[in-house]
This record gives sequence, C-alpha cells and structure tokens, in this order.
Amino acid sequence: MKTSMYFGPFGGQYVPETLVPALDELEKAYLASLEDPSFSAEMAPLLRDYVGRPSPLYFAPRITESLGGAKVYLKREDLNHTGAHKINNALGQVLLARRMGKRRIIAETGAGMHGVATATAAALFGLECVVYMGEEDVHRQAANVARMDLLGAKVVSVMSGTRTLKDAVNEAIRDWVTTVEDSFYVIGSVMGPHPYPLMVRDFQKIIGEEAKAQILEKEGRLPDQVVACVGGGSNAMGIFHAFVEHPEVALVGVEAAGRGVETGLHAATISAGKPGVLHGSYSYVLYDGDGQIQPAHSISAGLDYPGVGPEHSHLAETGRASYVSATDDEAVEAFRRTCRLEGIIPALESSHALAHVYRSAGSLPKDTIVLVNLSGRGDKDMDTILSLQSKEEQS
Amino acid sequence: MKSLSSAFEGKKALVTYIAAGDPDLDTTAYLLKLLDTEGVDVLEVGIPFSDPLADGPVIQQASQRALAGGATLKKILGMLKDLRNEISAPRVLMGYMNSVIAYGQEKFAADAAGAGVSGVIIPDLPFHQGEKLASLLREQGVDFILMVTPNTPAERLRGICERASGFLYCVSRLGVTGESGTAGASPKEYIDRIRSHTSLPLALGFGVGTPEKAALAAEAADGVVVGSALISLLEPCGTDRELLRSKAVPFLRSLREAVGRTRR
Repeated sequence: MKTSMYFGPFGGQYVPETLVPALDELEKAYLASLEDPSFSAEMAPLLRDYVGRPSPLYFAPRITESLGGAKVYLKREDLNHTGAHKINNALGQVLLARRMGKRRIIAETGAGMHGVATATAAALFGLECVVYMGEEDVHRQAANVARMDLLGAKVVSVMSGTRTLKDAVNEAIRDWVTTVEDSFYVIGSVMGPHPYPLMVRDFQKIIGEEAKAQILEKEGRLPDQVVACVGGGSNAMGIFHAFVEHPEVALVGVEAAGRGVETGLHAATISAGKPGVLHGSYSYVLYDGDGQIQPAHSISAGLDYPGVGPEHSHLAETGRASYVSATDDEAVEAFRRTCRLEGIIPALESSHALAHVYRSAGSLPKDTIVLVNLSGRGDKDMDTILSLQSKEEQS
Repeated sequence: MKSLSSAFEGKKALVTYIAAGDPDLDTTAYLLKLLDTEGVDVLEVGIPFSDPLADGPVIQQASQRALAGGATLKKILGMLKDLRNEISAPRVLMGYMNSVIAYGQEKFAADAAGAGVSGVIIPDLPFHQGEKLASLLREQGVDFILMVTPNTPAERLRGICERASGFLYCVSRLGVTGESGTAGASPKEYIDRIRSHTSLPLALGFGVGTPEKAALAAEAADGVVVGSALISLLEPCGTDRELLRSKAVPFLRSLREAVGRTRR
C-alpha cells in the first residue's frame, strides 16, 4: 500500500484474500490517475458538459425568511445529470475502469441513484454493467429499475439476507470475488475496503471545492455550518472535505433516525452503533451483542444502510464533525416544506439534512451562514410520498 | 488431541466444514462426533454470520438456519468446550471478523483455546489486517490459518507463507464457497507453485464437492476441504440422527476413499 489505509483507527481492508491483489491494482491505477494530466483532461469536460458542473449555489430566500434566523444556501447537486451527486463518482470510477482495461462494471444500489449513475457512465463508454439491488428496493424504486434497464444495465434483484442495500453489497462483492480479473466494482459511497473510501471522497470533493469558491464569491467568507445527510456518507464527505481544514466551519452530518432511534427502527449508525467490520472496513456499524448486522430502517432507501464510511467515524471520534439524526416524519415534513417554499422537490435523503436546518437554524443569529448539500432531486420518491398521502387521507 | 499439522502426517487429510448451530447446536455436536468417528482429520466449525460475503448460497442458508436456531459464538464455544475430550480430530473455527470484534479479540483467543480449538480461519481478515488477532491466538497456542488464492502474486505468497501456521488453506478458484458449475482443472500447477514457498501442509478447498473432485485435489494437495456439498446433503435430514448418519456415513467413506488413506 502506498497510501494510508486508515482514518485514525478506521478503514483498512477486511476482505477475502482473492480481492487483495485487485485492491492493490486499483490503488495503483487510482494513484497513477492523480498524477496523470490526461485523466483530469478527460474528466473535466465530462463534468462540465455531461454532468453540468459546476452545480449552482443557490441562496434560498423563502426558507431563510420562514426561519427568521440563519441565511440558508443550497448546493444544487440535484441539478446534475441523473439527478444526484452520485454521477461525479460513477464517471470517475468508470473512467478508471476503462483505463485499467476492465470491460465489465459491477455496482450495488439502494435508492437506485448510484445504479442509474453507474449504468449511465457504463452506457457512455460502452461497457457491460450489472447492478445488484435488494428485492425490497427493486419494488420501492421501480422507476429507477426501469431507467437502468433503458440504459442497458442488467439489474439483479438480490433475494439473500434482508433483501436491501447491505445484501446488494454482499452480492456485488461475491460477484467481484468470482470475476475479479475482468470486472471493476464501482462502489457508490465512501465505504468498503481501502482505497474506496479515499477514492470516492476524492471524486466527490468537487462539491465542497465549488461550494467554497461560490460562497466566498457571494458572501466574502466561509459558511458557519455545512450540513449534509449521511447514509454511507459520500455526499457529506464530498461537501465536508474542502472545509475540514477550516475549524471555524461546523460540519454536521444528519443520519436517518427512521421511526426514532429509541424504536430500534433506524439507520443512525454513528449515533447508535459501535465500531465493527462491515463490507471491508472498520467503522461504526449497527450490530447486536453477537456481532450480527442489524437491519437498518429509513423511509429513504439511500440512507437505509447499517454502516457508514470510515472517515465519518474518524470525524465523529475526533469531534471535527458532529452527527445528529432526523426521523422519517421530520424528513417528509422537510420535503413538503421545501417544495412549497422554494419550488424545489428534494430527495428524501437530502430532506434529512433540510430537516435539521428547519429545526435548528431559526434560532441562529441572522448573519449566520448555513450551507446545505441538496444531494439529489425527489422525483424518484414520488411513489413513497403518494402512498404516504393516501394513507394519511384514509386515517 | 492431535495438533493441526499432525493431522496431515502420514496421510492425505480429509477436512470438513459444517456451520455450527445448523439447525441446532445439539445436532452440530452429534455431527462433529460422527465426523470424528468416521476418520475426518480436521473439523472446521463455522460461526454463523448475518453477512457472509465469502460464502455461496449453501453456507449462507446454513448460517441463516443457525441464527434462526439461536446459535451465538458464546454458545458455540460452550459446545466445543463440552466436547473437547470426546473428539480426537483437531477443531478449527471459521468465521467473520465482526463476530470476533463483538466477542472481544482477547477473550475470543483465550476462550477458543479453552474450548480446545486448534486453529482459526477468518476469511475477511487478510494477514496485513490480522496481526493483532494472529498474535493473540499465537499466545494461546492457536494457529491463525491463512488463505491463498489462485491470483495471489508471488511476493504476497511469500508474505503469507512467512506468517502462516497450522496449514495453508488453498482456495481452488476465484469465487465463493460451494459448487461453481465449472469443471475443476488439475490443481497440480497451483499447488506446486505454493509448495515452493512453504513446508506447511496444503489443504485445497472451495468447490470440492464430489469424490471425483476430491481425488483430483488430493493428488496434488496434502488435504481436501469439503463444506457446501456436505451441508447440502445433510440439510433435508434436519435433526433426525438416524437419517443424518445414514446420509453422512456413505458420503464420508467415499470421500475418505477418494482422498486416500496414505501418502504416496
């Protein structure tokens, strides 16, 4: 290993021996791409002309007005091609795969956004693509399954375990162990074995770098607070990274509290988990006294994961970032409020970050600047919201 | 109790894997005694885990049955401790790292030794990640058994062989445990390559599910590991001892025959 595998005590490579040579090869290719000007020469126009970067930084006047406290800015990752921040990483990894001569792409997906982003990147480069998705998610995110199909990817419905994101990751890893010589595993978050947490963060750090320049231009200073939702944690690491070296900027990760952390039906890994090993790295994990991974629960499929990226565990332990949570109900309320106030339909994932802002930013002084990562758009969540509404009307 | 390396002395070793607690721990205890009586040389005992990412469907389902039956690492160690004087073949625990972390690494090493366990295999703990657990086990006289795979480069193979003890688990192919469907090529070249780096016994496993495959594996390796095929055979028997015995004994004898009784 040429770079550190760890963030403090977290991270590492807890993988079957078969994958060790593949991770070595990946690390080598990844580090070479950082040095190679032709890689960024290929990436930069794609990000600009295909993804639509830089994504705007939007001052949200009516949210700000309704709160009567801090000024709220939204980093509009929802405006990216494919509708979320996921495309930044998927394009980077698929470009890397192509350079490594891999012809087949594997990915896991929860809400389907990373699956769609990866299927998109694979289509763009004419590579075969297989996406693993828990059977339960295949049902609740049917529109994204159809999109992946249109893009030419094969979606495999995962029937093992709890049939959600964690099982999709298991199945993707099992595929990779078997096909490691010609397949590239595009992990969708800052999780998994080294070098993935580092590499995914680096492909996503453009979010924070842009936001930092944009807020300096608009306000002439850094924000006081940066808020992002955390499942695996890629949009949060993406926006946090540029601000980590500025201790005056508070970093707040918002986990999914599901029906409430006290009910056990949640995905608040840092708030309620403990350090353990899941999917190749040592980090906070939800597990019972015997080490069995506990199923997570969240209304948003993208946060419904019992682990979290190792760098978040490190930021939490060192106190550099703080981690709070928002319930399903709070997220849905924030979703609706954002639609009405700003004419923006946010993803249910991002609505968790907004929920924290709605409950906390009103009491902050008026010159406080809060920057929220609006990591994705909510079109994919219409079924969830409509079925909630019909339940509400019946009761 | 025999040491792990002595299990390979003077003959090709037959190594079996069953998931502890599938479908309950009493049945596992019964099976371990039966396997021992039938001349199995090393008994691998699987610790069920909710997310066994190195395992194929057969062991995944066995783990689920064991968890549904209430098996925990603590209870498994208790069962092995109770059996320690009733079984002569060395026992090897095989499980995932989070089970060990939840139990506590120091306590695990001590309790495994106390339960008469000779070796531990953690498929998601490659050696560069497992130095702490390896040294805790070593202090207790328990071997930390490492795996080699067909794509392991020479330099890493040397690193593994320097640290390995007990025996070396040679994974027969890229993939997870269980039947692959593809016919196994002769493993001789693979085993010869590993043998040039170590004098430890070499056990070949993954996808060795029939006496034919076992015979082929035993021509090259010092031992053969059979897991998924045995579990699939026994699964329909549930907890019925007579049925288990009637299914297991002929299969074990055919494997024993295929693997051979003596080193050539």
